Amino acid sequence: MTSLPLKSSYKKPHKAGIGRFFVLAALLIALLVVLLPFAIVIINAFKTPEDYATYGPLSWPTEWSIDGIVEFWQRVDYSQKLLNSLLISASVAVIGVLLSLLNAFALGIGRIKGRIWLLILFMVANTLPQESLVYPLYYLSKEFDLYNTRFVVILIFSVIQSAFGTYLLSSVFSTFPKEMLEAAMLDGCNKLQLLFKIIVPVSRPTLAVLFTFFFIWTWNEFFLPLILLISNDRQTVPIAVGVLQGQRNMEATLSSASALLGILPCFIFFLIFQRTLTKGIAAGSVK
Amino acid sequence: MLLKRSTNRGYWWFLLPGLILFVLVIAIPFLMNIGTSFTHWQGVGTPKWAGLDNYARLFRDSTFWASFRNNLAMLVAMTIVPTLLGLLLAAVLYDYITNKFGSRTASFFRAAFYLPQILPVAIAGIVWAWILHPNYGALNGLLETLGLENLTRNWLGNRQTALPSVMVIMVWFQLGYPLVIFMAGLQRIDPEIYEAAVLDGADWFDRFRYITVHLIRPEIFVVLLTTTIASLKVFGQIYVLTRGGPGSSTLVPSYFAYQNFFEKANIGYGSAISTVMTVIIIALTIFFIRRQSAEEL
Repeated sequence: MTSLPLKSSYKKPHKAGIGRFFVLAALLIALLVVLLPFAIVIINAFKTPEDYATYGPLSWPTEWSIDGIVEFWQRVDYSQKLLNSLLISASVAVIGVLLSLLNAFALGIGRIKGRIWLLILFMVANTLPQESLVYPLYYLSKEFDLYNTRFVVILIFSVIQSAFGTYLLSSVFSTFPKEMLEAAMLDGCNKLQLLFKIIVPVSRPTLAVLFTFFFIWTWNEFFLPLILLISNDRQTVPIAVGVLQGQRNMEATLSSASALLGILPCFIFFLIFQRTLTKGIAAGSVK
Repeated sequence: MLLKRSTNRGYWWFLLPGLILFVLVIAIPFLMNIGTSFTHWQGVGTPKWAGLDNYARLFRDSTFWASFRNNLAMLVAMTIVPTLLGLLLAAVLYDYITNKFGSRTASFFRAAFYLPQILPVAIAGIVWAWILHPNYGALNGLLETLGLENLTRNWLGNRQTALPSVMVIMVWFQLGYPLVIFMAGLQRIDPEIYEAAVLDGADWFDRFRYITVHLIRPEIFVVLLTTTIASLKVFGQIYVLTRGGPGSSTLVPSYFAYQNFFEKANIGYGSAISTVMTVIIIALTIFFIRRQSAEEL
């Protein structure tokens, strides 16, 4: 995000004064408070338990050790959790975008009858608290032998995310230039070609934002995966870290290592996706 | 006009997969949940019809009301405080830091304050559960280092401090969201308005009150709506930090529903709790959106 400088606001004559350094100092203190938890997690994740016991949480590590990280990694089979999270999030992002696209094509471009009601339906679904769906989903997935499968989690989140995607894309598509659609129809495009040859290429930036949102939202999900995925080899990163936290007798350094391993993937996604995200947040806020 | 009704018919096919899945994954479970809220059910066997029993019990249940009060505390910590702080910070960064220290400094601050937002809620909770841990946590360690032993306590395990601690954590977690949205909103304001105000002798606080807050009202609406809903749904942080305890001092309705579903096997009662929360959330959404469209007219 730092790589995107703000559009500079108005210029006015600089008054020399020390007042501005007070403001800056206050901001820096606030910043320190916000970032301190990250700093504490990082330095303690690399300490040995003895080092921690002797010097406490705030000292610099006497020697940098990755024992805690390695131990946590092996204890929860972290590679498997990463793989599960990646598989689930990426599948949801792809299927969710595809479903949103098809829905929005019918609602925003096709302007089918009753679209207002359908849009309201999707919008309400988007605000539903998950606890109002969780028990029936748990019950039904058991009935259909889908309980504790990554497939059912992918299916559920694809639909939940596409409720938002349908709402957003429909309003984007309803402003799609009519001339372009008509020209394509005159050239003999059928609807499928219209969607994938004209509309998809033009709206690629919006689709990229949706993909990014869906991926990160699904990665961060906690409630439904906690209930639907019980076996160790199918759980996602947040669940593995969150469930381990509940266990007693966790060493402080191990706790810290688990937090660091939970933070790292999100930090990497943030760096990869930051441009799309910044654009997306801005786009979402104008509505 | 080619896109008339006759050609519109074929578009229904495109809605079919989405609509079928929507019915299976959202509509049917949602209706089932409402249905079970009128029954007594342990999750096995046949649900027994109970009429409005669960709802009557809900209104008498002091635990539910406690969870609801805690939800209002979450509203303060996730919506009200972050929105106010976010407004102030956005205005300071945009209207003060950018001018005096350059836009790079301002974007650096924005990115740093946003950082907690990229974490999964559960991970954010774990970071803090560890920092606040009574035996080996960093906060008590820090207080001891500073010679303030008598201030150390079991932050999350004590009735007096558990809820305030959770609230501070939520502010920390949420602040970046309004900040980023408000700063994006400020980008579309014409700088000349500020210049004119300065020429008219408006000081920084006048500009903040009369220009900044006024012009980014749409963004404020969006932030209030989304964070209010988020605060009514909060679950992951409570699960990781306190599991609603000690007692019911940090219990929230979503966690209370979870307990009834999966720990106490009171499916009917859990469904009633979640149905009430759903009604509140939908009513709030409608209220906000009507207010917003009324403003835009």
